Amino acid sequence: MAYDKFNILTSSAVPLPIENVDTDQIIPARFLKATERKGFGDNLFRDWRYNADNTPKENFVLNNPIYSGKILVGGKNFGSGSSREHAAWAVYDYGFRCVVSSFFADIFRNNCLNIGVLPVQVSAEFLDKIYKAIETDPNTELEISLPDQTITIKATGAKESFDINDYKKANMLNGFDDIDYLLNIKEDIREFALDRPL
Amino acid sequence: MSTKKTLFDKVWDSHVVHHIENGPDVLFIDRHMVHEVTSPVAFLGIKDRGIRVMYPEKTFATADHNTPTINQHLPVADPLSANQLRALEENSNEYGISYWGLGHEKNGIVHVVGPEYGITQPGATIVCGDSHTSTHGAFGAIAFGIGTSEVEMVLATQCIMQTKPKSMRITVNGSLSKAVTPKDVALYIISQLTTSGATGYFVEYAGEVFRNMSMEGRMTVCNLSIEMGARGGMIAPDEKTFEYVKGREFTPEGAAWDKAMTYWESLVTDEGAEYDKEVVFDAADIEPMITYGTNPGMGIGISHGIPVAESLEGGVATYKKSLQYMDFHEGDSMIGKRIDFVFLGSCTNGRIEDFRAFTSLIKGRQKADHVTAWLVPGSHKVEAAIKEEGLLDILTDAGFELREPGCSACLAMNDDKVPAGKYAVSTSNRNFEGRQGPGSRTLLASPLVAAAAAVTGKVTDPRELMEFETA
Repeated sequence: MAYDKFNILTSSAVPLPIENVDTDQIIPARFLKATERKGFGDNLFRDWRYNADNTPKENFVLNNPIYSGKILVGGKNFGSGSSREHAAWAVYDYGFRCVVSSFFADIFRNNCLNIGVLPVQVSAEFLDKIYKAIETDPNTELEISLPDQTITIKATGAKESFDINDYKKANMLNGFDDIDYLLNIKEDIREFALDRPL
Repeated sequence: MSTKKTLFDKVWDSHVVHHIENGPDVLFIDRHMVHEVTSPVAFLGIKDRGIRVMYPEKTFATADHNTPTINQHLPVADPLSANQLRALEENSNEYGISYWGLGHEKNGIVHVVGPEYGITQPGATIVCGDSHTSTHGAFGAIAFGIGTSEVEMVLATQCIMQTKPKSMRITVNGSLSKAVTPKDVALYIISQLTTSGATGYFVEYAGEVFRNMSMEGRMTVCNLSIEMGARGGMIAPDEKTFEYVKGREFTPEGAAWDKAMTYWESLVTDEGAEYDKEVVFDAADIEPMITYGTNPGMGIGISHGIPVAESLEGGVATYKKSLQYMDFHEGDSMIGKRIDFVFLGSCTNGRIEDFRAFTSLIKGRQKADHVTAWLVPGSHKVEAAIKEEGLLDILTDAGFELREPGCSACLAMNDDKVPAGKYAVSTSNRNFEGRQGPGSRTLLASPLVAAAAAVTGKVTDPRELMEFETA
């Protein structure tokens, strides 16, 4: 389905300085039983966020009212594990439009791009700068410019560029998805399929 | 640029319908497998667009993730699970897709039944909304997990859009020592590379160890490719592969077999072809493995102690958080740690060879009283073989019960959940926090290590329970 266009996002950010955050933490398997794509945000980081009796865990960042914003800043190797797109849905449904990390797992990165959440990979040094800026002022804003492919810490002016391929960039700027593209070349696909060895 | 191609290049390049400059390739998919959890939203998507499944004969549906492993003849009690299973059945019927639901004789874990029925073939591109789709790489296929948006793409157009990954060859030379299984080889490699060491790469496994490995062993290794971050891993097909594939329900016959064989026999890496990265290991360095932390890279030889944080490359805080969750300490020995649960099964180790290995070690012994053991075959075919080969009698005599097929406690979507704080020695693939139930603690290991734990009630080196044969 087509998704929100992404251009320039300026927002405060939520810090999660933990490495290897896996998809079972982002959304535990027992919450994958829906047949529609809605309501996953309630269970984002469920077992880090809530006790077994469903009371909030006070020391978890999403339960700390001083942090908010549309950008999630995670540690290295964010999104490792399962292919469940539900993890990206949960991130989106909670209200995040961008995830920043120094390294992403492949499938999670693809899933984000396919639903309009921008994964921004920065250097380990820049990630540290972001964490320090948020520590200094939880309301500090990051500016993410997709047209320029840059991320800026507004308070300090520190800036770094990030990679995204031209095709996906155009898709995100326009809110197009891959199926729109594929349906347009369906005849080529049909021809290609004619003489497969298997 | 060199014209020498790797196995991976050959299969990938022959499936590219379009290449987009500074963008992904449009990759044609030969086989698509779907299960109940990651497909419903994809089916809704094509419904909303008002389009049909382009090649329904290339998609195969089975129910596995969210199914009970006892009393499968009864209606599924959990209404959400029942609803999801019903959606898969209805979608399969609506679009003319082959459907092996709960109770069907061919039902089982998607990555177990694919090879069993010859859906999995060398040189094919195979995808499924499940990261352990990498399993099928054992046949020399390019097989990898995809998200639900991509499931929708395959349903709609039989293609997905993917940037070609870099290539990595992992060679393991020499021969494996006693009690060292394919699972140990994989856990060893992951412990050396870390869980992100192969991210961005597609792996080819090469060398004597994989050549000598059975097809099922190769499946276990390729299955775990995702746990080092790789999208997939593959092994060049050989006589063993062709022998395995031949005569299965969906395997080509007659002239189609000859045509396929011509293609399959070309699937070797050309002499002199280059990889983006090469890693070489020595089989002699591998012993039975076990994990002690909360990702599959946190594994050690069973006789070793838990590493101290400062000796590792990763962040100290994350490492300590992990050990705190497990209630383990740096320097602890794993041997002798009391365990509560044993899980034999999953797409990693739920095949007949895994049950043979487990049974060989528990034969003539008794399950430890305090241990709860879940033995879950990967499919009905595996279940039938367990009975036919007499393994069930041995298991029963030793105090074990056999459950019905499914993913079960690997991801604990059904009722097979390890309680908070309890330890499970598990032959599955992930030891993430809460993976086997909220608060559960998982020790990943081979079927032999799981068997040793099941009869002693603690982490035990299986070699101590095995009679030493002379070489």
